[in-house]
Amino acid sequence: MNKKHLFDYIISIADNSLILAQRLGELCGHGPTLETDIAGTNIALDLIGQTRNYYQYAAQIQGEGKTEDDLAFLRLEREYKNVLLVEQPNEHFGYVMGRQFLFDVYHLLFMNELLKSKDETLAAIAKKGIKEVSYHKRFSGDWVKRLGDGTEESNQKMQEAIDELWAYTDELFDQPEADKTMIAEGVAVDTLKFKETYYEEVSTLLKEANLQVPESKYFIRGGKTGVHSEFMGYILSDMQYMQRTYPNMEW
Amino acid sequence: MSNEQIKNLEEIFEARIARDEKIEPKDWMPEKYRKTHIRQMSQHAHSEIVGMLPEGNWISRAPSLRRKAALLAKVQDEAGHGLYLYSACETLGISRDELYEQLHSGKAKYSSIFNYPTVTWADMGAIGWLVDGAAIINQVPLCNTSFGPYARAMVRVCKEESFHQRQGFEIMHKLCNGTPEQKDMAQDALNRWWWPSLMMLGPTDAESIHTEQSMKWKLKRKSNDELRQQFIDQTVPQADVLGLTIPDKDLKWNEEKGSYDFGEIDWDEFWQVVKGHGPSNKKRMKARVGAWEEGAWVRDAAMAHAEKKEANKLKKAI
Repeated sequence: MNKKHLFDYIISIADNSLILAQRLGELCGHGPTLETDIAGTNIALDLIGQTRNYYQYAAQIQGEGKTEDDLAFLRLEREYKNVLLVEQPNEHFGYVMGRQFLFDVYHLLFMNELLKSKDETLAAIAKKGIKEVSYHKRFSGDWVKRLGDGTEESNQKMQEAIDELWAYTDELFDQPEADKTMIAEGVAVDTLKFKETYYEEVSTLLKEANLQVPESKYFIRGGKTGVHSEFMGYILSDMQYMQRTYPNMEW
Repeated sequence: MSNEQIKNLEEIFEARIARDEKIEPKDWMPEKYRKTHIRQMSQHAHSEIVGMLPEGNWISRAPSLRRKAALLAKVQDEAGHGLYLYSACETLGISRDELYEQLHSGKAKYSSIFNYPTVTWADMGAIGWLVDGAAIINQVPLCNTSFGPYARAMVRVCKEESFHQRQGFEIMHKLCNGTPEQKDMAQDALNRWWWPSLMMLGPTDAESIHTEQSMKWKLKRKSNDELRQQFIDQTVPQADVLGLTIPDKDLKWNEEKGSYDFGEIDWDEFWQVVKGHGPSNKKRMKARVGAWEEGAWVRDAAMAHAEKKEANKLKKAI
């Protein structure tokens, strides 16, 4: 087993959850209703919980005595391997729910496959996370429907968000080298297996929500190889602020 | 209803409270009781909601994953407290939208402590330790208050607040046992939060306009000055454990009265902040009003969607 590839693979899954949680955390206290604030925080908490499990395991695989926090807070931007989708900003609630929904559909399909991983730790993390992620998907899907099939204004706003975020969906299925080796080992999820299902599921809900399924075939990618959007540096300067300003301290 | 009948009802009502019976939303109650409860409970709810902001300010910068999760959970608890307190208020015949309107227009107050900025991570510790500590002292007696929905909400709120208080103390403890920079950060936070925390327990008894009636209705069981003394006596030994110095040169143990003497509170500062001129009043209100206004289209959409669904259901039924 190629330890480096296993480590890279775990990090790429963990980073998705971490960065999405970070984006959701920015919203806490600023949502359109108290109920959505509470739900958004819940999702962020679930994602951080998963993230911690992945990083703890990755640190163990790496065997350099690093902690979950070293991995979460002390890497360079190019070393984060999250998809571009999760780092997109909270432009408005339509973007927040659109981003969440486009990720959640993928995330649940992913978790259902990770459950079958030959790696017992990853399978166990998936088992624990499936219930959480299916709740996230229901929540974000319901909001996409409400906003798509609400007022004329909300329909336009939701459509605008979906149209813009659509460009980041294809990257979810990219398989960098570490993924390919780990798929061959039966450890990683072969995301191509459910790519079609993903687009079917997403399209069905968008239609139900009275929204157009974007036809654009122009996709943007880069996060999985560490080439991020301009937003990422700002996310990290917030997130790493304490660890960078006060190195080697415990909190 | 004749005046005499009302007087009778009032006597029965006061007797029920004296017997420690709970008043429920559908029971008869004097108008003043209803209004006072709406005022106090909504003020409490608003404090929870505005209180999410100073701590929310550090979620994206929390120094570890564990701290980030704990802070998120804490701020989420505050949203939950706001939610049940608004619901408890609604049982008295006022809507959440009306209550928000009162907050946004400045008619309703919220705890002034949240108008101070959170400038370092240690402020997350100081808020938990001191602000939640003072809140508990204020709120524990309310678990036995006369209005049922408020009393029941407070049982849960107090349990969670006491957890937050321990969590805040633990943040401080970690800082105080860390590097000199961390300890300085903790001391600086105590210096800034100590006096506002004392002010949080309200004006002195001589200045407090609501105390007497509130005592009768068990909305208050001890005076502001008694609560403040209790807070100081409980907190000073905790500061000693942390190895921090309370920023009050007049603070000293008074053997005779069995409690601490303390220095003069700057009430001018208190009133300045209460009247809307504290360091963060405008920022907090902008954040709340902004969230509400920017969320209007979302709430409208949810209503419109629910109506469409309902109409479709009816169409199918016919």
